[in-house]
Amino acid sequence: MTTFRFVVAVMPRAGILDPQGRAVEGSLPHLQATEVHDVRVGRRIELAVDAADGGSARSIVDRLAAELFANPLIEAWRVEPLEEPVA
Amino acid sequence: MRVGVVVFPGSNCDRDALHAVELAGGEPVALWHEEPDLHGAQVVILPGGFAYGDYLRAGVLARFSPVMSAVRDHAARGGLVLGICNGFQVLAEAGLVPGALLRNASLRFEHRWVRLTVERTDTPFTRAVPPGMTLRLPVAHGEGNFFLPEDQLDALEARRGVVFRYAAPEGNPNGSARDIAGVIDARGTVCGLMPHPERAAEPLLGSADGLLLMRSLVGSGLASAAA
Repeated sequence: MTTFRFVVAVMPRAGILDPQGRAVEGSLPHLQATEVHDVRVGRRIELAVDAADGGSARSIVDRLAAELFANPLIEAWRVEPLEEPVA
Repeated sequence: MRVGVVVFPGSNCDRDALHAVELAGGEPVALWHEEPDLHGAQVVILPGGFAYGDYLRAGVLARFSPVMSAVRDHAARGGLVLGICNGFQVLAEAGLVPGALLRNASLRFEHRWVRLTVERTDTPFTRAVPPGMTLRLPVAHGEGNFFLPEDQLDALEARRGVVFRYAAPEGNPNGSARDIAGVIDARGTVCGLMPHPERAAEPLLGSADGLLLMRSLVGSGLASAAA
């Protein structure tokens, strides 16, 4: 068994209300950052999987992404190997 | 007629729902989320609250709790299930009713009285409502903004899947598509709505309109048990 680490990035689909993105964008004038736009806020999930190989680890994460981490009706996601944890 | 009310960690309308079931003449029974057992309930209510803290997305973690496998089996057998507020979010995440509940368009928690038109009084959830009557019920939610892509909204309307709509004078509190406040599944046995009938089940609470929905449910449960 090897431990494989992944990151799942989840974002609201285009056209879906993104209240966090809107709220953040609304605060930008207070930071004199008026040239910034199209702010969107999603979710980043890091996880580790113990599996025999990378392919089977990946398929577990793909299943969880579609069933748990994202709601396919309103969110899109991408699964990638975790190169470097943020923290 | 036994009506089960699921208690998730973070449910906060379970006691109100149990009380309202009793007012409507049913026998209330609390169902613990860790047990995949309905304890003989012929009807199941998923109450309001913040199940599992609403972490990740409202309703999604509750969807995978042990009790929900029993609720899913119950629904698959044609058993009645009503999801109220957070319970509606759980049903939507579980795919037992269509749609998703987004953050309110106001970006605020909306806690107020609303008016509802009842689009159908031929469902097990609304049969005690006199046709044409408008209901006055409270809402209390941050994510009640009903969403479906336009083509799926058309399909939902075509099969008469919309049961409740927000109406004047208070209007739509959360930005829901087509003022939708509650929907029913294609089979007509699983229903979700954002407003709280259990919080308006006796005149002391400011409205007893919600009791009509609870009475519908108890009466329908009796009818389905007899069938």
